Amino acid sequence: MAKEKLVVIGNGMAGCRAVQEVLKRDPGRYEITIFGAEPRVNYDRIMLSPVLAGEKSFADIVINDEAWYRDNGVTLHAGLAVREIDVAHRLIRVEGGQAWPYDLLILATGSDPIRLPLPGSDLAGVVTFRDFDDVEAMTAASALPDSRAVVIGGGLLGIEAAYGLARRGMKATVVHLMDVLMERQLDASAGFLLTESMSARGVETVLEAQSEEIVGEDGKVTGLKLKDGRVLPCDLLVMSVGIRPNTALAKAAGLDVGRGVVVDDQMRTSDPHIYAVGECVEHRGQCYGLVAPIWEMCRTLGETLTAGSGAYEGSVLSTRLKVSGVDVFSAGKFSGGEGCEDIVFRDAGRGVYKRIVLEHGKVAGAVLFGDAADGGWYFDLMKSGEDVAGFRETLVFGQAATEGLRGLDPSAAVAAMADTAEVCGCNGVCKGDIVSAIAGEGLTTLESVRAVTKASASCGTCTPLVEKLLKLSIGDAFQEQKGPKPVCGCTHRGHDEVRRRLIAEELKSIPAVMQALEWTSPDGCASCRPALNYYLVCAWPGDYRDDKQSRFVNERVHANIQKDGTYSVVPRMWGGVTSSDELRAIADVVDKFEIPTIKVTGGQRIDLLGVKKDDLPAVWRDLNAAGLVSGHAYAKGLRTVKTCVGTDWCRFGTQDSTGLGVRLEKFMWGSWSPAKVKLAVSGCPRNCAEATCKDIGVICVDSGYEIHVGGAAGLHIKGTELLTKVASEDEAVWAICAVMQMYREDGWYLERIYKWMDRVGLETIRTAVEDPETRRALYDRFSYSQRFYRIDPWAERVAGRDSHEFNPLSRRMEFEPA
Amino acid sequence: MNALVRDPIQWTDVGAVTDIPMRGSRRVPTADGDIAIFRTGDGRVFALKDRCPHKGGPLSQGIVHGHAVACPLHNWNIELATGEAMGADRGKGCTPVVPLRVEQGRILLGRA
Ligand code: SRM
Ligand SMILES: Cc1cc2nc3c(=O)[nH]c(=O)nc-3n(C[C@H](O)[C@H](O)[C@H](O)COP(=O)(O)OP(=O)(O)OC[C@H]3O[C@@H](n4cnc5c(N)ncnc54)[C@H](O)[C@@H]3O)c2cc1C
Ligand code: SF4
Ligand code: FES
Repeated sequence: MAKEKLVVIGNGMAGCRAVQEVLKRDPGRYEITIFGAEPRVNYDRIMLSPVLAGEKSFADIVINDEAWYRDNGVTLHAGLAVREIDVAHRLIRVEGGQAWPYDLLILATGSDPIRLPLPGSDLAGVVTFRDFDDVEAMTAASALPDSRAVVIGGGLLGIEAAYGLARRGMKATVVHLMDVLMERQLDASAGFLLTESMSARGVETVLEAQSEEIVGEDGKVTGLKLKDGRVLPCDLLVMSVGIRPNTALAKAAGLDVGRGVVVDDQMRTSDPHIYAVGECVEHRGQCYGLVAPIWEMCRTLGETLTAGSGAYEGSVLSTRLKVSGVDVFSAGKFSGGEGCEDIVFRDAGRGVYKRIVLEHGKVAGAVLFGDAADGGWYFDLMKSGEDVAGFRETLVFGQAATEGLRGLDPSAAVAAMADTAEVCGCNGVCKGDIVSAIAGEGLTTLESVRAVTKASASCGTCTPLVEKLLKLSIGDAFQEQKGPKPVCGCTHRGHDEVRRRLIAEELKSIPAVMQALEWTSPDGCASCRPALNYYLVCAWPGDYRDDKQSRFVNERVHANIQKDGTYSVVPRMWGGVTSSDELRAIADVVDKFEIPTIKVTGGQRIDLLGVKKDDLPAVWRDLNAAGLVSGHAYAKGLRTVKTCVGTDWCRFGTQDSTGLGVRLEKFMWGSWSPAKVKLAVSGCPRNCAEATCKDIGVICVDSGYEIHVGGAAGLHIKGTELLTKVASEDEAVWAICAVMQMYREDGWYLERIYKWMDRVGLETIRTAVEDPETRRALYDRFSYSQRFYRIDPWAERVAGRDSHEFNPLSRRMEFEPA
Repeated sequence: MNALVRDPIQWTDVGAVTDIPMRGSRRVPTADGDIAIFRTGDGRVFALKDRCPHKGGPLSQGIVHGHAVACPLHNWNIELATGEAMGADRGKGCTPVVPLRVEQGRILLGRA
């Protein structure tokens, strides 16, 4: 009896592997023919990246050479594409028209790279990254001197392409639509580290960039134009924006096709004689773009075609990036989700970030950056669904650290740890070092162990283990000790250390701070993010890009949220002085926008309450037109400067208190500070402006100006302390700005001036302000910062900035019930 | 799939994922109140009624951290996936979750 004819379309990863799986089980069963559109033998497609990078040659990545086909009696038609499947007659037709009969057919046509339909996408020099021809085209382009490449798409492939081109000497830039590289595999923290490592390898990244047009000259690409108008010059443009299952043949043959060719658990298509495997397949609604699931599909197909049994039930995925020296692993619910918990470990020294996601006591996902050695272990734990509650504490340290402790109760586990087991990964301290230091030096506190051994002195993740060792060694003599109060639950570090280090280490973004200071949560919380954002605003004026999402709503939308979700608007009224024009403009705005309440505030200005959020920019436009700017009634920053009438009118006035108040407000407005700052200037000791219960107050006297600090009249009533006395108005301004700057640079977020003063001492502040040089330096730093912040945020929004804040995402459901 | 079986949920395309700032949120007004759509630091998207279970604060205006949002009025933390109050306020209230699908970068909101 003649053998059944098994025909395979596609000589790629899946097609060839399916044949191998059949041969392995029943080598003589079928007469096998493979058609491959590529003019070469079967090679390892994923290794095209190292080939592009010049780290491997084509010969290195061949999986099955010609001899293999010969020895196994497999006929290969390389460079011959199949054009049609005739299901009625069970034959296929190739280019040129020749037909071949089949008894069983396997579709393994893979997928096609998506080409964005941008103007200019047909220019020479625009390529995709899928097969060896593409690699050769890219290699040729990189050979030109000083050539530049732009890669559209910051996914795995795009990054590997850019890396390879950079290795070949091109200036490479990755342009990515999202704000995180590889966002489908990485969270923001890991994405940030990846951006940094790529930059160190000569690959620049442009995030949140929409491509608009590919520009060219004489039919050749010369650059990529972005929506924001920027043009990135290039001689080679690689599109790496995704893949689409190659289903043309199947569709034309009338097979069931969704996103891919639909198959059942036996890999059978809607035609009982046709099977499909690989990227062209849709199984249980899922398409895959990685090889691991393909191997599983091929195993099942091998069983189906030989034993008639076997079922594929879908795959769990993990990803590794193939860029030399950049270890990246991601699997499962790396970003957590409903009912999930995170264990985060960062080692700034080694550039390591690990996030293990637990769900119901089991590993549900992981993302590892910088040290992905344990990726496979976490992936196995995830797939097996093993309960990890018992070794949760050491889980993040990886397999080696954990295995020693498994199955033991915690204290016994610590006792059972080998002396050579590493406890502190950051500083490479093992158990033996700690135990002998405790015994040898008579240590009793965590702090002292840190000082002597450095264990737990960096990221602090091993602190519980070190404490257990202390307890184990000295029993009750161990006193748990608290260091400075941490900023929040995301870190062990206090505010002072954070502020000091972000300057010393020139950290200029929130992800940079979180990594360097080894934050234990992936992206912080509502307490630490606003604090870090402020510290960065203060440390790097002009340099730091404010993170709006780390600001409380009032500071993000520049108005105060009210209990019913509307907003209040408080225009600045310099020193409490106004005019008929301003009042008229306010009245007009109130009428035009039907604002329900107008109230005179405790801060000598007018509050418009109950403004709808969507109306804010229009309200501001009208107020701006009359010269009114934001009063920052919402800000951790300069609020009001109250004044009294002073020498202008008052029979007791000793100085121009109104003028000084206005001058201070005009110079200091817009500045951000750890907590709100209120000023007042009274014209004489009768103190009608209540200057002695303000953060900074001035009492004018005949001989000059008394500067007071540290008052408050809110939750706590605190009278001010006299800081210093100066003779001239200029000096008063310098002294006040110096105090303000000192507080800005030193205060902890949300710590008002009086609390800061309690902490650092009035004397310290006085010494600084009374020393002319220190005062001058503080004043200069404040002035410099004000160049960037003395800007009306309302006017910016009227001009269109952050317009998404004020407009609904969509009005399509406005009149429908939700 | 049988084309005659209608999806019982009616889906409305309300915009692109990238229209929402990362770690941010946008509103979609409806006849019975706003819906808040959140995008987290790791790129996931969630939809809740824009009302805090505490005193009705607009959750769309809060700080998004992890998979939670801090209500702008009194700082309750609400879990985005479930609408449940978290931490010390757990069990005290829950905001309804709105059906949501993301397809090819577009956000679809569902009405049952
Ligand atoms: C509008 C106003 C009440 C009024 O109608 O007069 C007001 C309204 C609010 N105050 Fe005030 N305070 C107002 C003057 C004051 C004053 C009087 C003053 O400034 O001379 C004080 C006491 C002085 C002081 O600050 O020490 C005052 C002490 C507070 C406190 C307690 C601060 C403290 O450190 O103890 C808070 C709570 C906070 O800031 O955390 C607060 C918070 C608030 C908030 C922001 C509550 C909130 O978070 O939503 C209110 C916002 C309402 C809004 O949307 O406009 N407000 N608040 C006053 C606005 C002044 C302005 O023109 O900007
Ligand atoms: C550069 C690169 C790096 C990658 N890195 C990784 C990685 O690190 N990890 C990972 O898991 N995956 C990686 N992948 C993805 C992986 O290579 C694919 O998932 C895998 O190759 C898919 O196998 P396949 O057989 O379905 O498709 P392919 O390997 O593409 O094979 C399909 C073959 O069918 C041929 N064909 C199509 N239509 C016809 C026709 N009508 N007639 C004849 N022949 C036809 C095509 O020419 C092609 O040779 C990478 C991919 C690329 C391009
Ligand atoms: S005193 Fe209390 S209620 Fe009155 S405005 Fe200030 S915060 Fe609101
Ligand atoms: S209304 Fe949300 S916390 Fe009070």
